[in-house]
Amino acid sequence: MSAAPGEIPRWVDIAFIPLVNIALAFLVSGVILWAIGVDPIQAVEIILYGAFGYDVALGYTLYYTTNFVFTGLAVAVAFHAGLFNIGGEGQAYIGGLGVGLGILLVDRYLPFYLVLPLAVLLGAVFGAAWAAIPAYLQAYRGSHIVITTIMFNFIAAALMVYLMVNVLIQPGSMSPESREFAQAGHLPFMHEMLGWFGLQVTPSPLNLSVIWAAVCCVLVWGFIWHTRWGYEIRTVGANETAAVYAGIDPRKVIMLAMCLSGALAGFVGINEVMGVHHRLLLNFTAGYGFTGIAVALMGRNHPVGIVLASLLFGMLYQGGAELAFEEPKVTREMVVTIQGLVILFSGALAFMMKGPIERAYLRLARRRSSPTGQEA
Amino acid sequence: MGEFLFSLLLSFDATLRVATPLVFCAMAGLFSERSGVVDISLEGKMLAAAFAAASTAAVTGSAWLGLGAGIAVSVVLALLHGFACITHRGDQVVSGVAINILVSGLTVVLGIAWFARGGQTPSVGRDARFTPVTLPGAEAMADVPVVGALYSELISGHNLLVYLAFATVPLTWWVIYRTRFGLRLRAVGENPGAVDTAGISVSFLRYRAVLCAGVLCGFAGTYLSIAQNAAFVREMTAGQGYIALAALIFGKWRPVPAMLACLMFGFLDAVAIRLQGVVVPVIGPIPVQLIQALPYVLTVVLLAGFIGKAVAPKAIGVPYVKER
Repeated sequence: MSAAPGEIPRWVDIAFIPLVNIALAFLVSGVILWAIGVDPIQAVEIILYGAFGYDVALGYTLYYTTNFVFTGLAVAVAFHAGLFNIGGEGQAYIGGLGVGLGILLVDRYLPFYLVLPLAVLLGAVFGAAWAAIPAYLQAYRGSHIVITTIMFNFIAAALMVYLMVNVLIQPGSMSPESREFAQAGHLPFMHEMLGWFGLQVTPSPLNLSVIWAAVCCVLVWGFIWHTRWGYEIRTVGANETAAVYAGIDPRKVIMLAMCLSGALAGFVGINEVMGVHHRLLLNFTAGYGFTGIAVALMGRNHPVGIVLASLLFGMLYQGGAELAFEEPKVTREMVVTIQGLVILFSGALAFMMKGPIERAYLRLARRRSSPTGQEA
Repeated sequence: MGEFLFSLLLSFDATLRVATPLVFCAMAGLFSERSGVVDISLEGKMLAAAFAAASTAAVTGSAWLGLGAGIAVSVVLALLHGFACITHRGDQVVSGVAINILVSGLTVVLGIAWFARGGQTPSVGRDARFTPVTLPGAEAMADVPVVGALYSELISGHNLLVYLAFATVPLTWWVIYRTRFGLRLRAVGENPGAVDTAGISVSFLRYRAVLCAGVLCGFAGTYLSIAQNAAFVREMTAGQGYIALAALIFGKWRPVPAMLACLMFGFLDAVAIRLQGVVVPVIGPIPVQLIQALPYVLTVVLLAGFIGKAVAPKAIGVPYVKER
């Protein structure tokens, strides 16, 4: 490290402090486990084995990861514009509605390779539309995006209940679910696709959408750091006043960032509705939109970090389910608790360790340089 | 006609019960937000308090100890919020979201570990709850037309916390508008720099404000689990903290209008159940979901400036950095 004396090298800020924050979150989680009478070390072993130990486990882990990549990217894109989009949950819900409606309309008439782009497009459009209203209200009417997106989560939930119970329910069915999609509306499962190449793996919900998630990561990276629009988004996020002087219209940037954010969240519908359930149903978002907040904060809004954080949460979701199965004292809500702690330490308390760590680094650096006698 | 009026009376009666936790939480949010600290975590604090109150009441058999535990836990979370947002100048919304998610997980984890009932606490008996109080003279006045019915049905027969909730409204008004602390609290939410210049600690003021919020959310949670119900059920707040936040904004961060908004949202909730299946001429049956979503829709419309204008405290959401 060739940082000038008295200066903090970048790796401390980019890697070390976030890792310390996450470690703190896991430390507290371990204390909670210990307090309810579960051996934390053993719990970690069960979680790791339950998440990566065999092929079905890995399939489930990656299936959850797919959702978190979408919602994490969604939150991150908005963060880059300085906006906090808590509405990922509602946007994913409505995005899934778009996916489902599109498939229900055409699945009996069109082949798969035409249904898929339509479903992706509608998922994006519906998700973006649900984010566009709060964005418009923030940009042009001055209402606060946090409050409006929270409200829109609830409105989305009410709307979906209404539609599922009264409009989209399969006639004669008791549970509020649409009819099952025809084969053209099914995204192939990973075990099916591997089967085409002669690889035999046990069935799991992992499906083609994981590839789309990876593509989205690359697209978001390219968009945010290598296009004019991405530059504008980051400029508005960094300093709105400066952006205005640079000739950028923050209102348009807010609309753009939020629509992109909503579209990314809407892709959860591709994974859940088209990939796994093959029908429209209630509550398929299952809190993934909120996990996206933790993922984005943990991954520091960068696609690489988001993939790593999503994997971690995918592991926790799948391994946590396994842990709940092995240990009757633990429930899957332990993962929600960990999620809350991660948001607390990597988000709200992000600055807590910054000062002490930087001072400690400087002290160490000075001690190392003092034998040479060059002390400022 | 008489039947309709009586059913309306029952709806108002239900409105008071539904609005009670909203009023507590809206007043809690008012203290916090008027001092410049955004409080998304009303929901989480209320849920944690509900769990603590129900667990304590179930174990000790005392409603008062339950109330104490509910308030204590809520205050701890409020201090955590303060520690993150005031001391470490973290993002107030992120901190609130963290608390909400943390509590929604932790209450279930602890509930199952302690009581092994799928996240519920054991139901508590009458002694360990806040039970309805019959106000003096309610029986005697029941036969007096109109006034008697109003008094005995609507006003009498609620539990202590309901009356307390509505008493906090004038109290909040008095504290916010008529005391030195309230004046400073409002000032710190508008212009913390000026307050600091006057030699008053911004941090200490804001800590006291979030502390007030913690206490009030403690009452709200306790009401949910051991007054309105007899046990804690997972996720039992069901978004009421957010409705209270909406009511606070709807009331433009003022005590009495916020309470009226709570009553309106409570009334919508109370009639939503009664209107199920009711067919309105021309429009057809009213979807219950529409009425349930109405508080959120109305808040969005209000915030967008289409009906009046809700102006937030000026320094809200901005951590105060003391100049050196």
